[in-house]
Amino acid sequence: MDSFCEDETIDMYLCQGSSKDVFEAFVKRHMKDAYFIALGLVGNHEDALEISQEAFFRAYRNIKQLSSEGKFFPWFYQILRNLCFSRLRKIRVRQTGSLDAYEEDKIQADARDSFDPEVIAERNESKTRLWKAIGKLGDKHREVIILRHFQNLSYDEISKILFCSQGTVTSRLYYARKRLKEILECEGPRPDFGELSRGAGTQKGGRQ
Amino acid sequence: MTCQDYKDLMMAYLDNELDDEQKQTFEQHLAACPKCAKELKEFEKLKQLTDSVTLVEPEDRIWQQYWSNIYNRIERNLGWILFSVAAILLIIYGGFKLIEEIIKDQTIGALLKVALLVLIVGLAILFVSVLRERVYFWKKDRYIDVRR
Repeated sequence: MDSFCEDETIDMYLCQGSSKDVFEAFVKRHMKDAYFIALGLVGNHEDALEISQEAFFRAYRNIKQLSSEGKFFPWFYQILRNLCFSRLRKIRVRQTGSLDAYEEDKIQADARDSFDPEVIAERNESKTRLWKAIGKLGDKHREVIILRHFQNLSYDEISKILFCSQGTVTSRLYYARKRLKEILECEGPRPDFGELSRGAGTQKGGRQ
Repeated sequence: MTCQDYKDLMMAYLDNELDDEQKQTFEQHLAACPKCAKELKEFEKLKQLTDSVTLVEPEDRIWQQYWSNIYNRIERNLGWILFSVAAILLIIYGGFKLIEEIIKDQTIGALLKVALLVLIVGLAILFVSVLRERVYFWKKDRYIDVRR
């Protein structure tokens, strides 16, 4: 799989043909990445599909805002993540149904329902618990976990698409994993790590 | 360096992102710090569990229809823009024609004509005001150039 962050600028695309054909090529190249990132951020198939397509549509509509030397995917990623976070906020507010919903703890607790275990291949109890726990992380923590583990991005690639330093990525990953560990420990017995070897190495959605 | 300073190195060590020198520095710290060594072991288990989770790949049908769904949105959006522009032009044209007819019509009283004029002026002020506000916020949007 090509790198997300290689020097893929709008100029490179525009010199290849008409804008629609060029954009179609861009969509076909990145649709799986977009879908799996959205799936990691919102946790269910329907929303991930809808949001990833909406992100491409908005990118097409606003492509003139991207400077000629601007990198395509990092810019597109900002649209995608904003849509995902916005959808989650709406779900949480709808579920809690009151202004009190803005309390952080309550908001995080309500996020769990949008994380559908059906999207996990070769499910078992540990994996389902982990997926649910990922759903309970804060948005920024979940984001780095998804990019690192499900998209297999390097720290350098993550820092480019998040427009932050590698130090920030490392630090965010540390606190994300720490929080994930705490959630898993708080909600029932420690995960059965013995089951891991059976699940490891199977085909992963997103980047290989 | 304190244990806290080694946290970032721990993550990079776990994800194989350290160069040889950093790796050596961190391993030296690990050998001397059972607390960090224990924490690393726990993170390794968590990483193993997280890496073992794989997501279901949607059916081929989804990917085949993916671009056409986006294209439909683009096409529909263009349709709506054209429809809206034409509708606004037709409404303005119709409005002017109507006003013209009313002004010419001798049977309509002066009061009704004045009321109509005031209504039109009010609508025009509202329209200009909303438009000006939108332009003002668009120009002042601090985030308009961020992350592009």
